Amino acid sequence: MTASLLHLDKVTKRFGGLVAVNAIDLEIVEGSIVSVIGPNGAGKTTIFNLITGIYHPDGGAISFDGKPILGKRPDQITALGMCRTFQNIRLFANMSVMENVMVGMNCRLHTGLFDTIVRTPKFKRLEEVARAEAQDWLRFVDLPKGSGNQVAKNLPYGKQRRVEIARALASKPKLILLDEPTAGMNPQETEDAMHLFRRLRDELGITVVLIEHDMRVVMGISEWVTVIDYGQKIAEGTPDEVRKDQRVITAYLGLAHGEAAA
Amino acid sequence: MSAMRNDNLSPVQRWLNTAWGVVGVIALMSFASYMMIQNPRSLPWRLAFLVSLFLIFYMPRHLVVKIILGVTGMLVIIPFVGISNPFLLEIGFQICLFAALALGLNIVVGFAGLLDLGYIAFFAVGAYLWAFFGSQQIWHLDEAPGTFQIYPTFPFPALWFWMFIGVGIIAAAFMGIMLGTPVLRLRGDYLAIVTLGFGEVIRVLLNNLDKPVNLTNGPQGITPIQRPPLPPLLTSAALLDWLSKIAGRPITGNDIYGFFFYFTALIVLCITIVIAYRLDNSRIGRAWTAIREDDVAAQAMGVPLVRTKLMAFALGASFSGAMGVIFAANRTFVSPESFTLTASISILVMVILGGLGSIPGVIVGATIVTLLNIDILQTMSLALSSLRQGSGTIPLLGIAWAEIPTQLDPARYQRLVFGLILIIMMIFRPEGIIPSKRAQLELHEEDPEIAEREEI
Repeated sequence: MTASLLHLDKVTKRFGGLVAVNAIDLEIVEGSIVSVIGPNGAGKTTIFNLITGIYHPDGGAISFDGKPILGKRPDQITALGMCRTFQNIRLFANMSVMENVMVGMNCRLHTGLFDTIVRTPKFKRLEEVARAEAQDWLRFVDLPKGSGNQVAKNLPYGKQRRVEIARALASKPKLILLDEPTAGMNPQETEDAMHLFRRLRDELGITVVLIEHDMRVVMGISEWVTVIDYGQKIAEGTPDEVRKDQRVITAYLGLAHGEAAA
Repeated sequence: MSAMRNDNLSPVQRWLNTAWGVVGVIALMSFASYMMIQNPRSLPWRLAFLVSLFLIFYMPRHLVVKIILGVTGMLVIIPFVGISNPFLLEIGFQICLFAALALGLNIVVGFAGLLDLGYIAFFAVGAYLWAFFGSQQIWHLDEAPGTFQIYPTFPFPALWFWMFIGVGIIAAAFMGIMLGTPVLRLRGDYLAIVTLGFGEVIRVLLNNLDKPVNLTNGPQGITPIQRPPLPPLLTSAALLDWLSKIAGRPITGNDIYGFFFYFTALIVLCITIVIAYRLDNSRIGRAWTAIREDDVAAQAMGVPLVRTKLMAFALGASFSGAMGVIFAANRTFVSPESFTLTASISILVMVILGGLGSIPGVIVGATIVTLLNIDILQTMSLALSSLRQGSGTIPLLGIAWAEIPTQLDPARYQRLVFGLILIIMMIFRPEGIIPSKRAQLELHEEDPEIAEREEI
């Protein structure tokens, strides 16, 4: 095992009386592809929201790249090199695809108010670089040429997912969190998406964490799987280990089946 | 650029794109100018002239052509007619003033999507700033309103006016940040209510800060306020003589101020337009739009919410701070009455009517609302009252004009007219008179050609 990039230590989140995430420990190794799985309502998305600073945990500690990130705002966490996509696509619907990607560069683009109002050479240069770079990201996620000028909401669903990934990539993350990135895709699209996730790691060296329901994706690309149920980690290991884990089978298929299998 | 493809254009633009359109607009402008010079006080020709100015803007022709025609209209014809009819310069001044205010509010409401119902407060900050330092108020701090006399001199030189435009910008931006810091965590309706309250707080403060220290002179307002000194060139005897000859009446330095403020407001408006446009097409503008679209996603993509919103508030406020200083100098008098909730809403109406987020739209909106406010309805009232004095009857109905009660005075129905216009707009064209390019893109979504041209 190499260095750990993201570390969760006994992180807990309560919503009123409901304990959505209960003392979870999580270790994401740099350069790996990790899946977080679990039945609906297990608390997977809540964990993502805790990691990215949208929620604040009631207990525990989170560190990223060796630095504690507890209490930081989402935009600060993004600037540290962690970015995400959302379960139900949250593109800026009425902005162009290009603009969407350029918003992702916000924390890296240092054009201040003065540069903007005066249109300094620096502004023009940076804006041009940003535009070219956005084009590169769109190409990386295999969007056809010219789609940059389309309004985001007019793209078909599968392409919107890709734009969301391109937007996240534009912040140059070390870690990308993908929340059900293949939901609603047909088998061919899912296949292409898996290929893309692998390229994120292989070509860009980005650590990938996915929340997934599609077991072909989970088993096909992840090197490590963490299983969550009722806000608790019930198992983790390689896909093969998890597949055979009794508690996982129980969580997914119910106790009776689990006992019968045993 | 010149003579664009026809199929992406609105019917009006399509007509303007033909040779007839260009000739027609130039003919309309020339004819309206001529008639305006002949009848400097006639409302219809004034309106025809303004319409021709906007058609020029709307014309899908080369920018240079548009600029030449526009500059001729605004820098030559309006001032020339203004020699005979100073009211035209006053209209021009007010349109520029309100257009700049509306552009400022457009940054907050249109770009960043934060509903601000107390925007006039920032205008008040600018106006009272120069009212205080540009008048003798500083000598009357311990005297009650109405108990002191007016001195022939002022505590500070009038030339400071120019510096105070800058001070007004900074002060209003500072107020924007002060207001924004605690309230920008609120969303939608809550933010609107708090800003509404803030606007009222400022007005009430201005009303009551005559005790214990007389800072604002209370409801009586501050007067006289200094105007900036005119450059000697503009007050030379030769120029005044020449202008008097054209106008057919003696032109004094006071009349020159009409030109002076018209041009000052026009210059400030132009700067405002450039700044608004540049902000919109930048990282900052994209961050504002992103926040308006989805603030959770925007923050997750690295946009600092509070700082970006504060920037919108401060920049929007700074526009109106600058205009406040100019307003105080132009009027030589300010009182809390100019800064009511109705005034805030009036500016909001300009933005919504013209097109949220659309810079040309907001300017058109400001023009229409200002014209209705100070020109069209007033002129109709005047016409009605002069008919009432006569002995004529209404054609067809046979009722004597004199019998029309004063309650039917059109100027009294200002708000009603606005209300009706807004309702009609919301039903038939909710995106505004000239929608923002984003709204336009939505309408022409499947056409890559227009998307490329828009180049957003």
